Amino acid sequence: MSAMNVPMAQSRPEVPMVLAEQVSKSFGSNEVLKSISLEVKRGEVMCLVGPSGSGKSTFLRCINHLEVLSAGRLSVDGELIGYRESHGKLYEMAPKEAAKQRRDIGMVFQRFNLFPHMTALQNVMEAPIRVKGLPKAQVEQTARDLLARVGLAERADYYPAHLSGGQQQRVAIARALAMEPKLMLFDEPTSALDPELVGEVLDVMKGLAKSGMTMIVVTHEMGFAKEVADSLVFMDGGVVVEAGDPDEVLTNPQHRRTQAFLSKVL
Amino acid sequence: MSTTERTGASAGATPPAPEPASVPIKAIRLRHPWRMVFAVLIVVVFALLMIDAAFRPAYDWPSVGKYLFDRRISQAAVVTIALTVYSMVIAIVLGVILAVMRLSPNPVVKSVAWFYLWVFRGTPVYVQLTIWGLISLIYSRIDIGIPFTEPWLSFQTGDLLSLFTIAVIGLSLNEAAYMAEIVRAGLLAVDRGQEEAATALGMSWAQTMTRVILPQSMRVIIPPTGNEVISMLKTTSLVTAVPLSTELFTRSRDISAETFNPIPLLIVASLWYLLFTSILMVGQYFLEKRFARGVGDRQTEKKDPGTATGAFTGVMPVVGSDPPAVIVPPKNAPGGTR
Ligand SMILES: Nc1ncnc2c1ncn2[C@@H]1O[C@H](COP(=O)(O)OP(=O)(O)OP(=O)(O)O)[C@@H](O)[C@H]1O
Ligand SMILES: [Mg+2]
Repeated sequence: MSAMNVPMAQSRPEVPMVLAEQVSKSFGSNEVLKSISLEVKRGEVMCLVGPSGSGKSTFLRCINHLEVLSAGRLSVDGELIGYRESHGKLYEMAPKEAAKQRRDIGMVFQRFNLFPHMTALQNVMEAPIRVKGLPKAQVEQTARDLLARVGLAERADYYPAHLSGGQQQRVAIARALAMEPKLMLFDEPTSALDPELVGEVLDVMKGLAKSGMTMIVVTHEMGFAKEVADSLVFMDGGVVVEAGDPDEVLTNPQHRRTQAFLSKVL
Repeated sequence: MSTTERTGASAGATPPAPEPASVPIKAIRLRHPWRMVFAVLIVVVFALLMIDAAFRPAYDWPSVGKYLFDRRISQAAVVTIALTVYSMVIAIVLGVILAVMRLSPNPVVKSVAWFYLWVFRGTPVYVQLTIWGLISLIYSRIDIGIPFTEPWLSFQTGDLLSLFTIAVIGLSLNEAAYMAEIVRAGLLAVDRGQEEAATALGMSWAQTMTRVILPQSMRVIIPPTGNEVISMLKTTSLVTAVPLSTELFTRSRDISAETFNPIPLLIVASLWYLLFTSILMVGQYFLEKRFARGVGDRQTEKKDPGTATGAFTGVMPVVGSDPPAVIVPPKNAPGGTR
């Protein structure tokens, strides 16, 4: 595994990769995120756990501006998400600028969301060609390398419907990596998989973490969190209840709500 | 004990037979006597009608043969095809635009599309065609320029718009309203996660629509659009309201007005319409197959990745169409890339 996806050259180690400051999000009167503040450093893996409806997906979607914040600030690699700041005023970004920010943030979904009318290879090649405008031959080479990296070199010309769930999710990871993101968001990447397929996806993610990728992973796989994560955040009811070293939080949770949740999933 | 004995017996002398071969069911098949009776009855009635028609002088079969390939008729058939093609192409493009407009978050854009549908779906196409036919009476000149100043360009409406053009405008604007609803249903049928995934990759809204959403909605859009094309082919017979008289139906009426023998020419026109609809049905079959790509059963998802391809037969049922689609086998050999 190479560290090819980590833009070391332009790194500013002092700036955290993700910085959330009092992030709030409401849908109508339903306040889903309540003043979330957290920080993910460059190269770190953060696992986000919590009961259903606690706002984990919403938080991830805020990070790449699929949802617009109601309050607070969120920045990725020192860049404010969704807004431009000048002379102390915030200006809403045009869709084009928001799209440009999303290029650098990869996202992997629970339901894979591969494009069913394209082969695995075409899925991986689509965004680099259309969005970045890179030459096709070069993109194809990178795409094949990426598919090989997730162990699917021979499945390049298969349509998603003819791949297993684990294979589809690995293609989805390759598709996100093809844009050379500096941050990867995973929203319960193994929850839709049969138990025997979970391992192959987690293995790919472990490799990615080892290569230095900054990752935020919403998951119920506590073993993965323990092994890979640098920090673990427990969310409930739209607030961060507990955060810290995964081993510590998992073996010795301080908060009652954390204890109750962990007793159910461990 | 008894199970092993039976297995041994049915497998014969070969020692480790894993499973005995299943015995085909031998049963008297259920008979459907009434089905047969009705089928025979229908065939007999049909045959009698055919024989009767063949010898009935009113049908005047020799005239049918004479006019079927008459030059005037085949020219009219070409006009009918041209009307259908131009009108449908414009209607589909307009329909896609209207459908996207109706799904737009902008309320003004949405209302404009709604108003269009309300007008063009709410009035008969024959009435619309008649009104379009009167366009040069309503607007005798078309001026291009800034209102209330001397126009830069000025046309006589009658010079600018031929009857054929007016017919195409009338047909396509009406059809666009129906196409918009078909396209909208197709767009809504695509899973929301698709748009989300495309957006997350940094694709623009236009790219998401054209590369991800529209191609997938095609599967839902094509069958009803095929219907619309066939319907359009027949609706062209109404352009006599414009009045355009060079298409198939009006032309055959005109010829029969000279010969005082309408029935054979109606048969001629019908045969041409049938020929075209048959061709369209074949075209639709292939289009549906083309856009069913990659959409099949998801059974492999449940299988172990190693065996999934082994069990894979190469033929799958395709949603929304009966013929099986053949899957292209992967091009590269295992390990070919690294
Ligand atoms: N687009 C939306 N409109 C209205 N409410 C929403 C929307 N998206 C999410 N919600 C609400 O926000 C709350 C948090 O949802 P979210 O999907 O973030 O939870 P989650 O922690 O990811 O849960 P799960 O583990 O089930 O995925 C839920 O109560 C949900 O109903
Ligand atoms: Mg969720």
